[in-house]
Amino acid sequence: MIFELIKSVTFFELIALVLTVTAFICLYRVVFGPRVGNRIIAVNVIGTKTAVLLVLIGFIFDSLYFVDVALVYALFNFIMTIAVSKYIEMGRI
Amino acid sequence: MINLIVMGFLSAGVFFFITATIGLLRFPDLFTRLHATGKGDTMGASLILMGLAIYAGLTPETIKILIMLIFILLTSPVAVHAICRAIYATGVKPWVKEETK
Repeated sequence: MIFELIKSVTFFELIALVLTVTAFICLYRVVFGPRVGNRIIAVNVIGTKTAVLLVLIGFIFDSLYFVDVALVYALFNFIMTIAVSKYIEMGRI
Repeated sequence: MINLIVMGFLSAGVFFFITATIGLLRFPDLFTRLHATGKGDTMGASLILMGLAIYAGLTPETIKILIMLIFILLTSPVAVHAICRAIYATGVKPWVKEETK
């Protein structure tokens, strides 16, 4: 049963699977990162990974409005990183 | 033939993402982790998006993917630089390897 499952995975799904696994591995750094710096880095990495994963999912399910969602998500990810790093540096936004 | 090119782009992109993740976990210091993830992330995302843009061919989605690609190429280094500045301002000194006699 597993073998049929493995054979039926297309290339896009494989890439999406690898991206999801690496995103969860980055979650370790978010939880156990010693200070706030590691946490922002990990959240930034997970953000870009999720954006790319969204575009991939759009292609897997052939519903291409996901590309717009991914574009907006990438914008948010950037703004969030800038806001958090400014808060850390200056104590206020 | 086109699918081969697309598969090449996507596998290269995934490779860079994996190296960015390994760099994030294995490197000893904040700045070295920033070093790894800043580059690996941007490169991986741009390769995968370029591969998908080629796969999508001449459709409106390709323009959106290319806009997203350009956006990530422009802003990811800026975000990493902002994090680096913020960390350095809070007094985190770069990691120095102890001189082993």
